[in-house]
Amino acid sequence: MRATLRGTRGSIARAGPKTVDYGGDTASVELRTDDGRLIILDAGSGIRSVEIEDQDTDRIDILLTHLHMDHVQGLPFFAPVLSPDYEVHVWGPAPILHTLRKDLSKYLSPPLFPVSVRDMPNTVFHDLHPCDFALGSVKISTELICHPGMTLGFRFEENGSSFAYLPDHEPAFGAVEFPDDPVWTSGFDLSNGVDVLIHDSQYTDSEYEDRVGWGHTSFSQLSAFAEMAGVSRLVTFHHDPSHDDEMLDTAHEELDVRANGYEVVAGKAGLVISW
Amino acid sequence: MGSQQPLEMILVRQLSKHLAIPVWILEATGELAFYNEPAEVVLGVEFADLGPLVSVDISEMFEITEVDGEPVPEDELPIMVALTTNRPSSRKVRFRAKDGIWKLVEVIAMPIVGQGDRCLGVMATFWELDE
Repeated sequence: MRATLRGTRGSIARAGPKTVDYGGDTASVELRTDDGRLIILDAGSGIRSVEIEDQDTDRIDILLTHLHMDHVQGLPFFAPVLSPDYEVHVWGPAPILHTLRKDLSKYLSPPLFPVSVRDMPNTVFHDLHPCDFALGSVKISTELICHPGMTLGFRFEENGSSFAYLPDHEPAFGAVEFPDDPVWTSGFDLSNGVDVLIHDSQYTDSEYEDRVGWGHTSFSQLSAFAEMAGVSRLVTFHHDPSHDDEMLDTAHEELDVRANGYEVVAGKAGLVISW
Repeated sequence: MGSQQPLEMILVRQLSKHLAIPVWILEATGELAFYNEPAEVVLGVEFADLGPLVSVDISEMFEITEVDGEPVPEDELPIMVALTTNRPSSRKVRFRAKDGIWKLVEVIAMPIVGQGDRCLGVMATFWELDE
């Protein structure tokens, strides 16, 4: 499998000279599977940079972790969803009362947006409950993870390798002690022993103190979680819009020092990870 | 997946650790998952000191009876009613705490039903009543 980070920023896009390295676009990851399938993780503004290759089939799968704007705002700007030449499957967390399609329609409808889901000719919406399913040769496991609103994390397994994607995640929320017993830690099963983990790294430790319950992870919590889960490579993701390249470089030096048994990879826009 | 608890159960446990009322949590299998410190005071035993327990053990361990001392069928315990019917249940019962003291309590149990109507367990609270 191969992943390319197309959008790494959390909350809101931040373009400019101070975010060139880590990127300004919001969450989206292009995943290429061994059997040639294109799976896109989240549809933040970074989805516009996903490269449709000549050899791509006419089917594209988009897996949404949740429906916060920084994860869906790019969807109507992704050309294949408006083209009759592609069959696009959008998977996302099943709401308690409605459907994924109906909840997305709240944003994708006037007056908030001129394009509605009815304008997406070959798009199929799939309501996801925690489950295991397969796309081609890839086994996908999904579980609810701790973040405000219904939010999924994903684990992918193909040909003996594994990868987990938890872009918005607050595993320490409400914990009297963290890290806690893995049995009682959100996201543990999805991340356990994976080759690559892309994980929320939004806050410094001091920022987290004022933002408990906002659904994100502090740097020291991230280090503890990665060590508990026994991952091989940790890729930082969902950078706070207030964090510029210089600040993030410093933060990653500290994450490197804390890393015990795994490699820290700075989640920069355009980064390609293979495993 | 592995042995990790579902998110809803994790959040209920986290919440219970911050509450000053007794909270008791059962898994969907009927196995005791956790109870908090206020519950330890009423039950007379720390959670960490108990091994794995299922509902039948719980009933026997605490000698749960009706208010008048008659045994309560296991399937009529509020936690079991909530677990098997997915509906809240309440009842006054008498039980003997592990410190040997008989206590009269009112129990309210509610099912923990997650997204997709998944039955994940039961959360119960109870409080002592005056005799």
